[in-house]
Amino acid sequence: MQANQSAAKTQSQPARTALYDLHVELGARLVSFAGFTMPLNYPAGILTEHHHTRSQASLFDVSHMGRFRIQGTDAMLALESVCPADLDALAPDRLRYSVLTNDAGGVIDDVIIRRAGSDFELIANAANRATDEQWLDERIGEQCRISVDEHFALLALQGPTAAQVLRDLNPGVDELVFMQAAHLPLAHIDCLVTRAGYTGEDGFEISVPIAAADKLARRLLADSTVQPAGLGARDSLRLEAGLSLHGQELGPTISPVEAGLGWTIAQTRRADGARAGGFPGSERILRELKQGPARRRRGLLPEGRAPVRAGTPLVDEHGTVIGHVSSGGHSPTLERPIGLGFIETQALDSNTPVFAEIRGRRVAIALTRPPFIPHRYQHSHS
Amino acid sequence: MAQLPEELRYSNTHTWTELQDDGTVKVGITDHAQQELGDIVFVELPEEDRSYASGDECAVVESVKSASDIYCPINGEIVAVNEDLKDSPEHINEDPYGGGWIFRLQPDDEAELNELLDAAGYEEFINS
Repeated sequence: MQANQSAAKTQSQPARTALYDLHVELGARLVSFAGFTMPLNYPAGILTEHHHTRSQASLFDVSHMGRFRIQGTDAMLALESVCPADLDALAPDRLRYSVLTNDAGGVIDDVIIRRAGSDFELIANAANRATDEQWLDERIGEQCRISVDEHFALLALQGPTAAQVLRDLNPGVDELVFMQAAHLPLAHIDCLVTRAGYTGEDGFEISVPIAAADKLARRLLADSTVQPAGLGARDSLRLEAGLSLHGQELGPTISPVEAGLGWTIAQTRRADGARAGGFPGSERILRELKQGPARRRRGLLPEGRAPVRAGTPLVDEHGTVIGHVSSGGHSPTLERPIGLGFIETQALDSNTPVFAEIRGRRVAIALTRPPFIPHRYQHSHS
Repeated sequence: MAQLPEELRYSNTHTWTELQDDGTVKVGITDHAQQELGDIVFVELPEEDRSYASGDECAVVESVKSASDIYCPINGEIVAVNEDLKDSPEHINEDPYGGGWIFRLQPDDEAELNELLDAAGYEEFINS
């Protein structure tokens, strides 16, 4: 058998985050991911880390994410010209999930946008840092100032006890609802705390100055309900939560409408909106909103226990290809295989039975609407 | 540290073999292999009564992250598979040399076992 972990090779030495020493100390299995040395899992293992996140709280190092600052009097309009969000309606320190679209109506990256005074901040996928920077510079570099911010580490504390853990450090966290940010000191360290995440659980992402990141992480891990978790659990958690991963559910040829992210196209940016269109690929995207896309993202429930992996073709009863699996794996919570995939709209409309071939065996796939596990976001003050 | 029982023979594709009293050979994956793979969530067992050549893909173990082929360590015919793994694939993580065995085969030639690595040889192989 092949027991080697095939880590993504980067040309230069992978970068270390501010928590590298802590990861080593905790016995993490480190892998190279998007140019960074990151923990895949800790000694507890992916399954245990996954369950712990759903039952208590896990600390993830997500410092590899990209962070851009967009500044200038025209920052808002500039940013609106590269994404379909209504940023005029975005209140200070509110977060908006959005997509940077390309001229073909595909997705260059999915990002979290925060309004920071008159500036905007973008949190982007680690693997797309360079692409995003180049794209933003090319499209809006003359209208605003774009800078890469590398002063912060980013920690994610996710799970049902996350709020209690942070409340012990600063009761101010209770003021935050899902997709809201505030500057709050935690353990006497100035942090930017956002109530957001990538697990489907209530939780927070904490921007902390690099020099204080290790101290804060250790303080959070000192809570009896908090355990460290790595990229492995992050992926299985996001899959259960039905959250898209760029490179799998999102990419340069997949439109946000196909990917089930039609809701990211703000009313004001739609065909009869006040600032209709005006983002790259808007022609295709607005047309698909109106007429429907040629394929759609669905949740996949394969029969039996064998996971169906990304890239597997989906076929009809005659073996004709009607789609593909974009993400697939084992759901630790449901104890069964789950997946996300794209299927031709025509096949969906006619309720065509869907199958995947796993090692020459045909497996029936039931379709569902993600998430597989209900989200537990804190939408209002408790 | 990975356990490597002295009495077993090992392949460089990370399986262990154990000659049984009845002349059949029990096969599983090594402790080192299960540690590398992490939590195993599914095992595709070989077909009983089917013959495999040494190096043939005969089973698959799937961890949370990925699927890995298991290669038959010697020529032979499958005489039994560990049905318990269908419901409890985690036995491979918990007890790789015991309850985590994957299949038993009737070797074409028992002498082939001598060509496999002993514990020291396998240890050297995984550390190289």
